[in-house]
Amino acid sequence: MFKSLRNSQAAALSLMVAVLLVIWYIGALWLNSDLLINGYERRNIDWNFSQLVADAYSMQRPLLPTPDQIGAELYKSIFDTRIDSKRSLVFHAGITLSSTLLGFALGGLLGILLAVGIVHNRTLERSLMPWVITSQTIPILAIAPMIIVVLGALNFTGVLPKAIISMYLSFFPVTIGMVKGLRAPDKLHMELLATYSANTTQLFWKLRWPSALPYLFASLKIAIAAALVGAIVGELPTGAQGGLGARLLSGSYYGQTVQIWAALIVAAVLGASLVALVGVLERRINRRMGIAA
Amino acid sequence: MDMTVKPHLHASATAGDQSARKIVSIDDLSLVFETNDGPVNALSHINLDIHAGDFVSFIGPSGCGKTTLLRVIADLERQTAGTIEVDGTTPEDARLNRLYGYVFQAPALFPWRTIAGNCKVPLEIFGISKEQQQRQIDKYLELVGLGDFHKKFPWQLSGGMQQRASIARALCFEPELLLMDEPFGALDEITRDHLNLELLKIWRETRKTVVFVTHSIPEAVLLSTHIVVMSPRPGRIARIIKSPLPRERTLDDRDSPEFIALAHEVREALANDHRIN
Repeated sequence: MFKSLRNSQAAALSLMVAVLLVIWYIGALWLNSDLLINGYERRNIDWNFSQLVADAYSMQRPLLPTPDQIGAELYKSIFDTRIDSKRSLVFHAGITLSSTLLGFALGGLLGILLAVGIVHNRTLERSLMPWVITSQTIPILAIAPMIIVVLGALNFTGVLPKAIISMYLSFFPVTIGMVKGLRAPDKLHMELLATYSANTTQLFWKLRWPSALPYLFASLKIAIAAALVGAIVGELPTGAQGGLGARLLSGSYYGQTVQIWAALIVAAVLGASLVALVGVLERRINRRMGIAA
Repeated sequence: MDMTVKPHLHASATAGDQSARKIVSIDDLSLVFETNDGPVNALSHINLDIHAGDFVSFIGPSGCGKTTLLRVIADLERQTAGTIEVDGTTPEDARLNRLYGYVFQAPALFPWRTIAGNCKVPLEIFGISKEQQQRQIDKYLELVGLGDFHKKFPWQLSGGMQQRASIARALCFEPELLLMDEPFGALDEITRDHLNLELLKIWRETRKTVVFVTHSIPEAVLLSTHIVVMSPRPGRIARIIKSPLPRERTLDDRDSPEFIALAHEVREALANDHRIN
């Protein structure tokens, strides 16, 4: 029964992908045809529909590239290019990944520390919480260049300034999730530890921390995706030489839509993989904590 | 009526065990909760002595303050008037001295720890060595009949077994006093009978003092050496009945004339009080 269920799920998924591809190809034809027809008429070329289709799917700088063009670009820039080359998407993804991970680690740590402070100290809650929320109302695109410039003036360049932007975006879900999680223990468990005269530290490690783990993982999944966005945004304003953000920027300068789409796909795959990785870690810890898989 | 309660218990409790020392001594204790709807007299002029080795049940209808009284002994609530001594000190010092183990109505096991891991929680907090922890856990999980379930997680056990695990957790650091708040209230009657007998066995073997909250008359009669009948609004002690039954008891004793007479007496005490109200 499970096998047939899995088969039907696979069939449904394939069908979905097929439908999306068809829509994509129709969309590419529709969006690119205006440009082509203008060209034909300017050069007084006779054209028919089949030629239009053939041309629409093989433009150098299409408005919307086709999946096979993006696939070819991906193959070329991942497998046919040396990894240390500036044309390699692996090279750029690696640069983005390093600041994403550093920013995620810093953001996760900051988020947890803030939550611990907020949960244990009423004054901290009143003084910190408004700032934590305000910080996220400022558009990251506005603040990112300033962070890069200020840190650059202090001689911090390379990975760190981008990681700071990632941290700025990723600490927030962790703080909010962990404040909720550290307050999740029910009254009975709290009273049980009170009968043992447990101190604050014991209460934290025996009860608050394990109760908060499900909340932590939920917010880490959001945080790592946000960290990736932060790293890419951090690469945009600086004219950075590397990273997926730089690749997106140079693609848009030169109208290289295929290059933009290829970088977008890599960013999406990278984001999904990172979230999945947090999920794997979560399942491992869940199994150790006796939660049925 | 309240005024006469204390001498009555003194006389009856000391008649049996002359040498037993007082574990709990409550003198004219009252507790008023301040609520939005005005003050609530949860406990009013309570006088009660509990001696080492006693099995004392608090019985009464909802709102009579039986759980609150247990929580005052455990230092989970503070009285607003009167005094209470637990093992010759304040309830707070008794708690800090790890005098008592508390069993809640729900098992309150940590779902992320195994049964053995749950029993380790108090031992870890008290800083007991790993080897000693293991010895204590082996001993008390065996005693409650969970010797084969060390590595199981709570959700893998039935409700009755979970409650036994929580009793093992309360026993494993060997407190003198066991405070139990309707520990079997959520269980079916068959499981409850079974656990009542086990609790009697544990009580006889470990020589602990037990304070037990219940609203079941047969349970109170089967288990107790002293039955404290309480009544609500304000929460107070209506009567203290000393059990004439021997310490050695079985479920069949429930059909004995002594048992039936005692159950009747408790029922009368509860009913009388309701007529007054």
